[in-house]
Amino acid sequence: MGALIQLEQVAKVYGKGQAAVNALDRIDLIIQRGEFVAVMGPSGSGKSTCMNILGCLDTPSRGVYRFGGVDVGALTRDQRALLRRNYLGFVFQGFNLLSRTSALENVELPLIYRGMPIRQRRERAREALAAVGLTGWEQHNPAELSGGQQQRVAIARAIVSDPDVLLADEPTGNLDSARSREIMDLITRFNQERGLTIIMVTHEADMAAYARRRIDFVDGRIAGAADAPSGARNK
Amino acid sequence: MLWETYLLAQRAIRRNVLRSALTVLGIVIGVAAVITMVTLGSGATAQVTSDISKLGSNMLQARVGQGFHRGGGARGAATPFQIADAIAIEQQIHGLQAVAPVTNGSLQAIYGNANWSTTITGSTTDFLIVRDWSLADGRVFTEGEMRAGQAVCILGATVVRRLFGSEDPLGATIRLGKIAFRVIGVLNPKGQSSFGTDQDDFALIPLRTFQRRVAGNTQVGTIMVSAMDGVPTEQVQTDMERLLRERRNIAAGQEDDFFVRDMKEIIDTLTGTTRVLTALLGAVAAVSLLVGGIGIMNIMLVSVTERTREIGTRLAIGALERQVLLQFLVEAVVLACFGGVIGIALGLGAARGAAHFLDIPFIFNPGIVAAAFIFSAMVGVIFGYFPARQAARLDPIEALRYE
Repeated sequence: MGALIQLEQVAKVYGKGQAAVNALDRIDLIIQRGEFVAVMGPSGSGKSTCMNILGCLDTPSRGVYRFGGVDVGALTRDQRALLRRNYLGFVFQGFNLLSRTSALENVELPLIYRGMPIRQRRERAREALAAVGLTGWEQHNPAELSGGQQQRVAIARAIVSDPDVLLADEPTGNLDSARSREIMDLITRFNQERGLTIIMVTHEADMAAYARRRIDFVDGRIAGAADAPSGARNK
Repeated sequence: MLWETYLLAQRAIRRNVLRSALTVLGIVIGVAAVITMVTLGSGATAQVTSDISKLGSNMLQARVGQGFHRGGGARGAATPFQIADAIAIEQQIHGLQAVAPVTNGSLQAIYGNANWSTTITGSTTDFLIVRDWSLADGRVFTEGEMRAGQAVCILGATVVRRLFGSEDPLGATIRLGKIAFRVIGVLNPKGQSSFGTDQDDFALIPLRTFQRRVAGNTQVGTIMVSAMDGVPTEQVQTDMERLLRERRNIAAGQEDDFFVRDMKEIIDTLTGTTRVLTALLGAVAAVSLLVGGIGIMNIMLVSVTERTREIGTRLAIGALERQVLLQFLVEAVVLACFGGVIGIALGLGAARGAAHFLDIPFIFNPGIVAAAFIFSAMVGVIFGYFPARQAARLDPIEALRYE
């Protein structure tokens, strides 16, 4: 108990026999509630695999992943979907908004799957858009919004269901530096004001600097600061 | 939840209006074809039925031979009816309005230099009662004329027009074949029969006259009777069959060498043909509905592929497998139903136009409309299921990475 996220000797192997690739090689990782973690590493280092496992999109080949004490590996596909729905929020590099669908409707989407009544849903979606500074843009389609605005809609969609963890996969990868800073400020604010746990993959050291803890992946392992979860918080 | 899914589906459909429209085109055409065919078919059936009812719905016919249901094999061998048979029917069977022994032949009708080949019907005045035919002018045969077999005739409207034009035919003398006949009456026109023949193209002469002067025998081809109102024709039919068997000395267990048909049977036979045709055309149209369904499946599969990232996103933010399945299934069903509704409207419109053009009644058949709608919904379910399952089973990681 205690840690929100706990990986114990987690390994992920793709393929079989001679062709088997160890994407993750027995890593241990603990992330506490309220942390802001930047995940870095070259491509093929295992960080994406790790993010997929943390996001309950994938399950470990070996080892145990506990989310809030629950062994995710033992859950069914639908149970993992419920876990994502209720406790996780996702932000993608490519925004992944539904085209020709208004910002409000995009933000509403996770609540629809929760079966929330429409009035309450609209209200929550408006609040979420307001929280990312997009009041007045509710009825605009993604095509009518700038990249920075689109990513803000995506963030609103991720936080509208009030998750415990926000998983961001290169959220600033498609944005210029000014826009990137705005997005990072926004994410930092959610971390500080709401205690939202942030796990963010990034290639850019500037962006990683916003985080209070940094994890570097090399060849399927965590390099350096592997086991100093609590120590890293008082930077 | 279902309503929400419907809204989601509707939103997805509206995101690509042109493609949605093309997707349902197959269903639209299929449903429209089915509706048009079946509606026109029931119109044609109703037309035939009402045409035949005009002949007199309480009419029965007795003929020698074996009914056309069974193939007319023994007709040549059987003894023809005689006038005595008609008289026996008239005297011994209750509930009859009229009994008309009828024999037909074909002769040349000549008046002045006008010349017209027509049907000569030898019968009694009862013929006009059985056929529910009224005189436009003149009079019917007298008892004396009929008994003596005099050369008098009553003309159908077509024959009058052909021979006399605008001249008054009453009292004139015309030749039918080699014999001179005096015209004593003219009939009101009845128009075309449902067989497409002109019912007014005939001349009625007394049966005796026909037998002695035209045919040279005492045979009667058909005995037509009409039952009184309220008397069941089935009853009359069995009575007539029993009487005729007796008169023709047919032993028990032996098959009839004659047949008695009421108009219902004739209607059944004729409408049976239309019905089979309608069913066939309907089946062909149903095949096009099936093709329409395959069109939906095709486009839904393309749509699933194209929206892989969207599906990945939905799965990532917590959509359950069955929610995605339901979404795509509902999308297919909504599309199909949408196509069905348009098809029904188009089909009814086309049927209405065609019915007007073909001069048959337009009969709205709610059963087939409901069936077409339900069928298109089913097409949506059946052909939408496979693509929907494809979507629901996507691996969210793969789907999110899909370009």
